[in-house]
Amino acid sequence: MSHTYKPARGRPVLALDNVSLAVGDREFVSLLGPSGCGKSTLLYLVGGFIPVEQGAIRVEDKAVAGPGPDRGIVFQHFALFPWKTVLQNVLYGLEKQSMERQAREERARGFIELVGLAGFEDSYPNQLSGGMKQRAAIARTLAVDPRVLLMDEPFGALDAQTRSLMQGELLRLWRRSRKTVVFVTHDVHEAVFLSERIAVMSARPGHIKELVHVAFDKEDPELQRTPAFLEMVEHVWNLVRAEAIRADRSHRA
Amino acid sequence: MNAIAQNLQRYAPLLLLAFAWEAITRAGIVPAAALPPLDKVLTAWVDLAGSGDLWSNGIASFMRGGMGLGMAIVLGALIGVLMAWYKPVRIAVNPIVQFFYPMPKSALIPVMVLWLGFGDASKIVLIFVGCLLPVTLSAFNGARGAEEVLLWSARSLGASRARVLWEVVLPSALPEILSGIRTALALSFVLLVSSELIVARQGLGYMIGWLGDGGAYDAMFAVVMTVALLGFAADRLYLAMMQRVLAWRE
Repeated sequence: MSHTYKPARGRPVLALDNVSLAVGDREFVSLLGPSGCGKSTLLYLVGGFIPVEQGAIRVEDKAVAGPGPDRGIVFQHFALFPWKTVLQNVLYGLEKQSMERQAREERARGFIELVGLAGFEDSYPNQLSGGMKQRAAIARTLAVDPRVLLMDEPFGALDAQTRSLMQGELLRLWRRSRKTVVFVTHDVHEAVFLSERIAVMSARPGHIKELVHVAFDKEDPELQRTPAFLEMVEHVWNLVRAEAIRADRSHRA
Repeated sequence: MNAIAQNLQRYAPLLLLAFAWEAITRAGIVPAAALPPLDKVLTAWVDLAGSGDLWSNGIASFMRGGMGLGMAIVLGALIGVLMAWYKPVRIAVNPIVQFFYPMPKSALIPVMVLWLGFGDASKIVLIFVGCLLPVTLSAFNGARGAEEVLLWSARSLGASRARVLWEVVLPSALPEILSGIRTALALSFVLLVSSELIVARQGLGYMIGWLGDGGAYDAMFAVVMTVALLGFAADRLYLAMMQRVLAWRE
């Protein structure tokens, strides 16, 4: 599929050019590329937030037409409802399903505990740190049990320590629930650490430059220091670097 | 106890002002016809309250203000949010709102009397019309500022478009709507008293005019003070309510 961005002023911009990607069931795929390459746009198209105009996106053989609870999303800036407590945020999606009140609340509390926020059920987002907000947002998304988890640079707004902690947590959650994950990032190390497959995207107009298979034993606590891992980071980084330079030039032009 | 002491300290300048009032009128610096001494005004207030005049007129004013403002809040919030959400509504309504917003609504007092007579209806509609646009505009701006990612989150959690309007757009707009209502509240007092001063047979504004015309200045000042205190109390109460509702922002 392709996508043309039409700004209110100025001429249309081709954001995505002939992107074709098949993501397997329960696979963890990262979309990696320089800023402005359209990786977030691609994610929003899958989410159904932006209408697909050229081409098609199918999730389990059903063409995407608008957002739905089969595709959960986690945003970089958390997007929690600030007027709701953590518990109320997690309950929001569950209230849209036919579920007994009691069961709903139990399920919400379960997911809050799963992401390590037990004790903060009645806190408002403004009272939480960035990492805790993102935990709450992940709990809210996982609670409705989406088939596909879309993540838009979910750890991009966190400090380095929290980010690395959250990456480990995400892997733990993913091993438990085994959802299909499409993960947008511009962090090479993060992509190599988390994904099974990385779709390296070109500078705008974005297309998929290369698909890289990453097969590491994620259980290995020393993984990030093994030569194989570091070599992979180097390899992927080389792929991205050329695109980052191109993106930078076109910005300045 | 601490809160009382704090407030006493905070409003001490008002107390000083009251003393100054009493002092300059007692000393004869200002003639009693222009400004009666505070103690006489207070005595007059007690008389007015005792006779029941203050209450019956106060209630009449309160009903008018409450109904006009109440309708303005409900309809203003609704129109503002719909303007932000549906482009056709915005195209149709926005120019009208922008045109009438800066208009001094007190100019409508004679028009309302012409259309609706001397009774309650002309005051209620005047206050409604005057308070409608500040609420509408604040709701419009607040709803337009609703974050896209919140709307998207709600949709992907299974909410319909209509639900999103009610559950995400409206709460997002709430802080702005509430501060728009505060402006409208102050405006409602202005419109209430001025419309009652000009043409009415009841109400606090009517009392001020009638007592003044009759030369009962002690009593007139007593009613003016009542209106000032009511306005102040309404604003403080509203502010406290607003802080409670928006507690999640802290």
